[in-house]
Amino acid sequence: MGWLVLVFDGLLAAALIWLAWQATHTPGLFRSVISFIIFGLLMALAWVRLDAPDIALAEAAIGAGATGALLLSALGRLVATHEEGAPWQERRDLYFWIPAGGALLGLLTLAAWMLPSPGLGEQVQDALPESGVQNPVTAVLLNFRALDTLLEIGVLLLAAIAIWSLGRMPLPSAPAVRSPALPALGRLLFPMFVLVSAYLLWRGSHAPGGAFPAGAVMGAGGILTILAGAQPWLTGSVHGPWRMLLSLGFAAMLALALGVMALGQPFFAYPPGLAGLIVLALELAAGLSIAMSLVALYLAGQPPDHWEGEARGE
Amino acid sequence: MSLTDLLGGLLVLLGMPFFFLGTLGLLRFPDAYTRLHALAKTDNVGLGLVCLGLALYSGSWLTGLKLLLIWLLMLVASAAGAGLIGRTAMARGMKPWGL
Repeated sequence: MGWLVLVFDGLLAAALIWLAWQATHTPGLFRSVISFIIFGLLMALAWVRLDAPDIALAEAAIGAGATGALLLSALGRLVATHEEGAPWQERRDLYFWIPAGGALLGLLTLAAWMLPSPGLGEQVQDALPESGVQNPVTAVLLNFRALDTLLEIGVLLLAAIAIWSLGRMPLPSAPAVRSPALPALGRLLFPMFVLVSAYLLWRGSHAPGGAFPAGAVMGAGGILTILAGAQPWLTGSVHGPWRMLLSLGFAAMLALALGVMALGQPFFAYPPGLAGLIVLALELAAGLSIAMSLVALYLAGQPPDHWEGEARGE
Repeated sequence: MSLTDLLGGLLVLLGMPFFFLGTLGLLRFPDAYTRLHALAKTDNVGLGLVCLGLALYSGSWLTGLKLLLIWLLMLVASAAGAGLIGRTAMARGMKPWGL
């Protein structure tokens, strides 16, 4: 059966390269976006083949799902794009891109080859009992290297703030075709989104899952309900929770990192015994913030204080 | 190899032709409506057979139920998606083939 797996991996790698080419070089933006979404799905499959189900989940939910929705909505707002070939599709550009791509691939292969071979996996495994969780990925993300995660959540928060500061959100484009299927789908599926992200969050302590996939699934659920015509209720100055939820992950992590210092521990060093509880609480906070950030990114601007048709001042 | 393994493998193999025919329809049928017709139906049956086969193959109730849930979600999504694509094509004035 060995050769069958090899054939599958070869096909997967070839399809990824072909889709990457299509996404960047195909004439017509719609085809590019679709190629990019399929690229994300196949990339998730590649991560599964590399035994990295955590990254696969995040890639499928964020790379293919949320980014795909963002690109499609941006595409829908662009007026009349030119469908003919872009200037870089001239033949002479190939003389540059093929050698340059080959050189980059060669350098990356060399870099991967020269990585220290056992890596840090064994050290993580050795320290796992102290981390409070049984999943090494969650242990690294929220305990051993929690500072990195804090900064990542900070980047997401900054992105949401930057988009809000660009101006008010454009009016939600009413669907061109009224269909009863979409609102029904949104209503039917939203509880499923909540269930799946709660499951992923809970699972994160002992198996692949955790805050990022859970937040991404929840964010995708939010985007689907907006697409189905629902108005996000957590907005503006009237509905405060939106802002609080957006910054909850970053604030909670930072408060905790400084809080443990008051207990005589170094920065981000959880007191032994409490680590499991702390990681779970941080995962919950980070997951909620990630979900809200993704929805905030999708709104493409600061939401209004009041939605049209909503009772004011209540 | 036990009987359930054999049956599971057989069901997965039985699901494959449906995907193949659906893709063939997507490539060969003349307009959006006929393509949707081919794709939505065959994928639902194909995935159902594959999920059933994998559930038998896994030999665990919990995995079987998760696979069933995946199939049901796929049914809902595919029905809603096909309906939306069809309606949008209609609203854009695409004439069904042969009319």
